[in-house]
Amino acid sequence: MPYHSIVLVKQVPDTRSVSGDVITPDGTMNRSALPAIFNPEDLNALEMALQVKDQHGGTVTVLTMGPLQAAEVLRQALYRGADRVVLLSDRKFAGADTQATSYTLKCAVEKLGAFDLVFCGRQAIDGDTAQVGPQTAEKLGLPQITYAEAILSLEQDEIVVRRAFDLGIELVKCKLPCLLTVVGSANQPRPPSARKRIAYKLACVPAEYPRLLQQWPDLGDEASLDALLVQQGLKIPVWNAADLPVNEAELGLSGSPTQVYKVNYVVLEGTESKDISPTPEGIRALIEELVEEYIVG
Amino acid sequence: MSEARNVWVFIEQGDGQVADVSLELLSKACELAQHLGSQVWALLCGYQVEGLVETVIQHGADHVLLADHPELEVYRTLPYCRVAVGLVKQHQPYIFLIGASPVGRDLAPRIASAVRVGLTADCTDLQIGDFLYKKENTLYKDLLYQIRPAFGGNIIATIVNPKTRPQMASVREGVMRRRTPDPSRQGTVEAVRPGFQPQDFALQVLSHEMRPPTVRLKDAPVIVAGGAGVDGPGEFELIQDLANLLGGEVGASRAAVDAGLVSREHQVGQTGLTVRPRLYIAAGISGAVQHRAGMDKSNKIIAINTDPTAPIFQVAHYKIVGDLAEVLPLLIKTLREKAK
Ligand SMILES: Cc1cc2nc3c(=O)[nH]c(=O)nc-3n(C[C@H](O)[C@H](O)[C@H](O)COP(=O)(O)OP(=O)(O)OC[C@H]3O[C@@H](n4cnc5c(N)ncnc54)[C@H](O)[C@@H]3O)c2cc1C
Repeated sequence: MPYHSIVLVKQVPDTRSVSGDVITPDGTMNRSALPAIFNPEDLNALEMALQVKDQHGGTVTVLTMGPLQAAEVLRQALYRGADRVVLLSDRKFAGADTQATSYTLKCAVEKLGAFDLVFCGRQAIDGDTAQVGPQTAEKLGLPQITYAEAILSLEQDEIVVRRAFDLGIELVKCKLPCLLTVVGSANQPRPPSARKRIAYKLACVPAEYPRLLQQWPDLGDEASLDALLVQQGLKIPVWNAADLPVNEAELGLSGSPTQVYKVNYVVLEGTESKDISPTPEGIRALIEELVEEYIVG
Repeated sequence: MSEARNVWVFIEQGDGQVADVSLELLSKACELAQHLGSQVWALLCGYQVEGLVETVIQHGADHVLLADHPELEVYRTLPYCRVAVGLVKQHQPYIFLIGASPVGRDLAPRIASAVRVGLTADCTDLQIGDFLYKKENTLYKDLLYQIRPAFGGNIIATIVNPKTRPQMASVREGVMRRRTPDPSRQGTVEAVRPGFQPQDFALQVLSHEMRPPTVRLKDAPVIVAGGAGVDGPGEFELIQDLANLLGGEVGASRAAVDAGLVSREHQVGQTGLTVRPRLYIAAGISGAVQHRAGMDKSNKIIAINTDPTAPIFQVAHYKIVGDLAEVLPLLIKTLREKAK
């Protein structure tokens, strides 16, 4: 039987490439030097949803909340096989903590209509909090299966999932609909398909029209481009607060119970330290000192 | 009750034992409660876990809420959440602390969502302090400062929940120091009856296999840690060899774990383990704030890095500016010679 899946994804700064030129000498970060990427475990979540579709039929809808640039991860999802994508973008969503984020996602999921499964990555690399999945599940009134590594069976309205932890595994059986947060060891996400890349190369949000028109002047003006994209199903829908059945007080910064009180720069005072030369003599002296001070021995 | 300003700790247990992280949090909770002039309450859920009450009290609980029920034998999100949310709504604790273990990371966000309160993950410090909410021009006294490194370089953010109660925070194992238990400590126990709903049992645990930890980073006297500067698994063996020679354990930065050089159990830092060994050797680790949060309390730190400006050198007692591919073999050779 076919299953309808929703995948929640996030565009994140690639914290894995924080080094060298990204960190300035005073220790602050040059954020713009960081590439924005598809959060790695969200790709695993997407892959799991696509495998469900491959095996059982159904659809995969991908949802992200973020600035308009986040349309890029939605294109990446289309290139991999998503059927439908939606961008949630509004200034009112900005500054959200996990509580306000999960509220916004919940409202959007409800607007999407009937579904069987919701997938998200276990955590996003820019925060590592792993909170949005469970909080969205709670708000949707769904059971949650965190740390999901594999779907062992999916029959009728029941799913059997293997959960993976550093120190073991657990098998659980759950009634649908439910929400899964997927770990990185779950699968090897498929690369974008060359064919879909061509089919969806124009897929974009209206904010990107000027860029497209610059690249392909033959497409005419924004109005004709819009008509073309709508006709071909390539216009990525952008939902803002007014498009959702939301209580605005629960959105964004004002809907976030946590507030940042202050941000301190860590001043590294420098411990009293010794320079050790990377030579046999230097290393021998170091080890002798450590032995003398009973640090090794 | 809401004026009581009590500090709650979720007690995680398994195999007849209270998880270390819960005991560590009880110690911290005592400190916070003393500051607030309030009590430490422990929420202990499970089946036939009464025997753990004593441990929980000795480690700092004034009052234990004991939910002992067959349906709570194995951890499942929904039944545990039902119990916790019911009690939180009833008693309105001021602060609620949960260990950032797999169980805590599954449960805490669910509770926070159900009660509609803020939750700060992976705090590296907790303090009590005041907060002037500029937007409202209101001074909130004695809030919980939830302190954690923030993404964006060398910065530490202090987060507060001015309005919602409880103020919830999760903390990784090893971050807080555990006090020695006090056998003479007195506390009260209150049995609570869970009021489950049928939908709480939508999920069934078919099997659960946990193996004991193979790495004991927390108690290791010496840790040799490798980072992204280690070039592949071959070179990472040098880290392992040196650790073996020193009778220590292997640690790693998140970048080394992400690169697949070593399993996540070895990760040191804000979202890994916090360690305080006698000696910490950081090889090919730049010393990002999230990494330092987990190791800067080590007794002695040796840093090996090709980049003399790497922040790790600022916390190191011994600086070795050099290529780890040369320095590690030198260390290994010298130690081997000495042993002969
Ligand atoms: C929410 C969040 C949580 C995080 N939690 C953690 C955490 O718990 N633990 C953690 O470690 N990180 C954590 N990080 C990641 C952290 O910000 C850094 O990205 C990470 O610590 C960098 O690891 P690294 O020092 O190994 O890599 P890099 O920063 O890339 O540093 C590599 C270093 O190796 C040196 N090097 C290169 N070649 C050699 C050589 N041949 N010999 C010697 N030195 C060499 C380089 O000079 C450089 O200093 C977290 C980040 C976020 C956003």
